[in-house]
Amino acid sequence: MSAPSLHTLFPNIDDWAEIGRACIDTLLMLGGSLLMTVVIGLPLGVLLYLTGKGQLRAMPKCYAALSLVVNILRSIPFIILMIVLLPLTFVLAGTTLGVRGAIPPLVIGAAPFFARLVETALREVQRGVIEASQAMGASTWQIVCHVLLPEARGGLIAGTTVTAIALVGYTAMGGAIGAGGLGDLAYRYGYLGYKSDYMLVTVVLLIVLVQLLQMVGDRVVAHYSRY
Amino acid sequence: MIRFVDVHKSYRVDGKDVPALQPFSLDIADGEVFGIIGHSGAGKSTLIRLINLLERPSGGSIQIDGTEMTTLGELALRSKRRRIGMIFQHFNLLSSQTVADNIAFPLRLAGERDPGRIAARVDELLRRVGLEAHAAKYPAQLSGGQKQRVGIARALANRPSILLCDEATSALDPQTTASVLELLAEINRELKLTIVLITHEMDVVRRVCDRVAVLDAGRIVEHGAVADVFLHPQHPTTRRFVNEALPEEAAGELAPYTQVPGRILRLSFRGEATWTPALGRVARDTGVDFNILAGRIDRIKELPYGQLTLAMQGDGVDQALVALRAAGIEIEELSR
Repeated sequence: MSAPSLHTLFPNIDDWAEIGRACIDTLLMLGGSLLMTVVIGLPLGVLLYLTGKGQLRAMPKCYAALSLVVNILRSIPFIILMIVLLPLTFVLAGTTLGVRGAIPPLVIGAAPFFARLVETALREVQRGVIEASQAMGASTWQIVCHVLLPEARGGLIAGTTVTAIALVGYTAMGGAIGAGGLGDLAYRYGYLGYKSDYMLVTVVLLIVLVQLLQMVGDRVVAHYSRY
Repeated sequence: MIRFVDVHKSYRVDGKDVPALQPFSLDIADGEVFGIIGHSGAGKSTLIRLINLLERPSGGSIQIDGTEMTTLGELALRSKRRRIGMIFQHFNLLSSQTVADNIAFPLRLAGERDPGRIAARVDELLRRVGLEAHAAKYPAQLSGGQKQRVGIARALANRPSILLCDEATSALDPQTTASVLELLAEINRELKLTIVLITHEMDVVRRVCDRVAVLDAGRIVEHGAVADVFLHPQHPTTRRFVNEALPEEAAGELAPYTQVPGRILRLSFRGEATWTPALGRVARDTGVDFNILAGRIDRIKELPYGQLTLAMQGDGVDQALVALRAAGIEIEELSR
């Protein structure tokens, strides 16, 4: 497709490189925040699971406290969470703008969500398998590393996919308060500037991104499935 | 030896103590196959889990080879557990790991890192359970019997001195059950390890166990050598279990024979007595007539046994009974 025909289709878009940069920003935000979300959310989910009622390290009070924090963070709409967290973001990232400034609120918004998905995935692991490991003399740490996480692998990967897709939505919202990326373009040009072709292009790109994430996620789950 | 002294267990449900096992004492000797039979809810799952402390007793003492188990610290308990294998009704294999990795798992848990030594031990175990060809498969690709064989190989990996079997054959069809029981008997013979198994099938007990305890509503109501319990059950629950394993008349219930003339007797033969023609000889010598009402000849583990219910008539019945007893036949009189 040549430039003139693109121009007739999307008359308002004169800088396609800007869209390219926005794509990269979105991918960076997604990659960075997904990584940190898993790093924080996975242990948090394991802790939720282990301290839950009737589990290996049942601690009702600890569970209740963790659960409350997770629920509070999950109940705040992300756009508000971002604004509330601005001072903390500045401390953590040194800025509240751009990709760096977006990652702390993205992680704080998504990690509790991911932790719940981890907890749910771990609960799907058969009790008998855990009991068998205990009978073999496994420590709680060994059970987590060698039994729970590998056995829940499918659920954990599916949870990561769902979280990644939620994060795509969050990054787009982040655009509204200076995070950059595709959401920023859609908001500034598409919404504030009435340039609906920008809106269309960014939305299509986001749809493609979500489709790709889901496809990759499903493939990986299928690859590791042993049934 | 596994020794229970005044052990009891209750669960707290809604603030109330619900007893699961009434206080009991029991010794299980080294190298024997000890069966615990009971209906579901009788407490047998709890009892077997007390041995490796998957369940903590509410009171009493549990000793294995002289070590008090209930006071062990976590580390000591874990190392003790490595020497107690356990297999399960639903196998409980790691679905994400291959057969070989499942068997290697307890070795790795015990700290073995050397891949060569792990592979060698896994091969040895695969051969023992007859699964050499399936090392690279995942559990989902195996039949129930094969899964249980993997479970057995895994349980044996750390050369345990005790093997606990939690309803190990209850999810298997009769033929597979027979082959798994045969494997367990072979392991018991060759490795001299103690096997404790729980089951709700008397037939499992009859085939592999040396001794048996009958559990009813949290209480051990009867225990002893399998042949004694099987041929002369005392408690109603035991009788029910025995009757399930036998065709109904062979159990010698009196009711169907009230119309039959003569004295109703139940003769039990054990071992050599099973193969001697004592009954025919005694009948000839004493001139009594007998009529076989029910009977069965089978084996309890390796011990042949027979049990006949018969009606005996004639003047020499008392004399015949003396002669039969002298020939080593146990006699119970069901009526006069």
